[in-house]
Amino acid sequence: MTRRKLSRRQFLATTAATSAALITAPYVRGAHAAGKLSMAFWDHWVPGANGVTTKLVNEWAAKEKVEVTIDYVTSQGNKNLITIAAEAQAKSGHDIITMPTWWPHANVDQLEPMDDIMKELIAQNGKVNGTVEYLAKEGDKWIGVPCTTGSQIKGPCSRIDLLKKFANIDVQEMFPAGSPPKADNWDMDTFLKAAEACHKGGNPFGIGLGETSDSVDSAGAFLLAFGGELVDAKGNVTVKTDAVRQWLEFYKKLMSFMPPDVPAWDDSSNNKWLVSGKGAMIMNPPSAWAVAKRDAPKIAEQCWTHPFPKGPKGRFAPFLPFINTVWNFSPNKSAAKSLLTFLLQRSSAEQQVAASGGYDLPAFEKLLDFKTWAEESPPKGTLFSYPDPYHTQTLSIAASPAPPKIAQQIYAQATLTKMCVRHFQGEAMEKTLDWAQSEVEGFMRT
Amino acid sequence: MADVAINTTSRSAKAGSRARPVSGVRKFFQKKSTVAFFMALPLILLIAILVVYPALYSIHLATLNKSMQRYVGFGNFTFLFTRETFWMVVRQSCLFAITAVIFKAIIGFVAAHFVHNVPANKQRKWRGMLLVPWVVPPAMSTLTWLWLFDPSYSAFNWILAHFSIGPIPWTGDTGWARFAVILVNIWAGAPFFLILYLAALKSVPEQLYEAAAIDGCNWWQRVWFITLPMMRNIIAITALFSLIVTFANFDIVRILTAGGPLDSTHLFATWAFKLGIESSDIPLGASVSLFMFPILAIAAIFILRDINQRGNEAS
Repeated sequence: MTRRKLSRRQFLATTAATSAALITAPYVRGAHAAGKLSMAFWDHWVPGANGVTTKLVNEWAAKEKVEVTIDYVTSQGNKNLITIAAEAQAKSGHDIITMPTWWPHANVDQLEPMDDIMKELIAQNGKVNGTVEYLAKEGDKWIGVPCTTGSQIKGPCSRIDLLKKFANIDVQEMFPAGSPPKADNWDMDTFLKAAEACHKGGNPFGIGLGETSDSVDSAGAFLLAFGGELVDAKGNVTVKTDAVRQWLEFYKKLMSFMPPDVPAWDDSSNNKWLVSGKGAMIMNPPSAWAVAKRDAPKIAEQCWTHPFPKGPKGRFAPFLPFINTVWNFSPNKSAAKSLLTFLLQRSSAEQQVAASGGYDLPAFEKLLDFKTWAEESPPKGTLFSYPDPYHTQTLSIAASPAPPKIAQQIYAQATLTKMCVRHFQGEAMEKTLDWAQSEVEGFMRT
Repeated sequence: MADVAINTTSRSAKAGSRARPVSGVRKFFQKKSTVAFFMALPLILLIAILVVYPALYSIHLATLNKSMQRYVGFGNFTFLFTRETFWMVVRQSCLFAITAVIFKAIIGFVAAHFVHNVPANKQRKWRGMLLVPWVVPPAMSTLTWLWLFDPSYSAFNWILAHFSIGPIPWTGDTGWARFAVILVNIWAGAPFFLILYLAALKSVPEQLYEAAAIDGCNWWQRVWFITLPMMRNIIAITALFSLIVTFANFDIVRILTAGGPLDSTHLFATWAFKLGIESSDIPLGASVSLFMFPILAIAAIFILRDINQRGNEAS
């Protein structure tokens, strides 16, 4: 076999030609030229809501030439929490992961800062509510972006007929669809009187006092309305205050007007209470109403979602956001940020809200005027007040304003509802406070 | 034994005929223990990956601080000793496991006797039916129980209401909630005892009962002096296995009460989940789950020692 010898001149010519070809050749962009992106989004309760998110993601992927993989991870059985914990431990997994409330702070060291896109989104969509700032920001640094899907206010969903009949309250007049509320009298006293009247009438309010989030959220909003907090923003224990005592007294009275089994309620119990026709009011996003619309249309026709009653320190409502985050070990952060920005464009958010039947609430102030909430029925306007268009409430989360890592313990271990149940079951007020103080002190470990 | 001798002889005969020395490596691979080891290796690896590694990793996690950035030694354990809820969980876990195991054993023993006395051609049907609670995935059967115990729409309360009883707060009151989780555990676990006790009953020599009958023993004396002594080892082993599984139970409590009301039904596993996953305090959750290990190890030592002693006495 003869061996062809490459001359120096030939070698130079070949090298030059190859280099020139590589540099000057037109960049051929394949279908997935910009790489891969995987995401774990919250699996929506509402049938069809995931479909719209998939459609939006695919639309973005086609435009940006990114290969996407979407996993919808359910919160049933806390599967989403387990997934977050596993990916955080393994330092491997999806690029984007949707985290509920406290989890961005719990994983702050492993999250990509989002300041760049949040600045842009705030400039575009307006301010975000205080709860989102509290949960998605560490110091001045954004650690996630608020997600439209799944974010919710757990306000009162009342039966129009029963409140009129037993408590002489017209909730449609107090919170009319399309015009500002006339709800100056909607305060804690009125609320308690209504609870008592409905209890006597045989259709009590159904506000859970179990250890799951619906129960804790209501207790937390009422506590803030009384001006109470178990731990302040600086991390000082503030259990033994008059505001906390007033709140415990309030809850003791309220519990006497509710079904005796509320300490055992979970997040589905209040829904069942409303849909069964037994209850005059529950605290829930419109999912219970949506189920009633399907299973008990006559009851759905009588439902009206509206803001909380006003306490000594104002009107507070629980806002539970989901937060989209990007792991700092993600290999494609720029694509992840691009997608998250796309999902928070007005048209994307509007489609997601419509697909959820009004359940989803964007956190940005300019995204709260979609027609879905005004148009959903029956009855027409039932969800008009759900996004709180006139800003009558302070959106909050139970256990705030404690530093999030302490607040998460108070929230997850349901310290607030346990306090109410202990006191209601006969434990002396100061003993309950002693117990709560000891619990909270235990949550301070770092 | 005979097989081994024959094999060895034939092997040495072959080796002799070829007159070729067997190399050390070949000898090593021909050893029964080596073959056994390699056959068991996949299982050993599986256990190492799925049991040993997570166990060691959880020990490592339990020695870290809440943010998992600092080594704190036994800090998490000493912290737990100061918590009221921890001691409540210890008491509850013991109450839950011991009560459930005792009742499962009694029910299994009684049911095994009934099935044993059923004519042989009908036994399969009964065995199949009685095994259903044990065969159904616990998460699924517990969901059914949850509906039966539902705070507002309990089927039991609906029945009791016809007799003007109740409503009973099955999952809303500490005592009733504990009763409910133990009851479901007994329901799901008793068939395990039943099937093992049935097998043990079948192995008791019939001649012993015949001799006892000639001696004029009544039913109780036959059970006390023949059945129970003959079944002692199987009772001890099933009690130990069941104690371990019941102590580490998660699904029943998680689905039925989620540890409530007021943490009064939490077990180690459910409380560890509450702390580790729901409260994002993985080191503390790992520490709680590790507490099961010494408690169960002590129980295992006592029970196995007892079995060994009896084995020695018998030989």
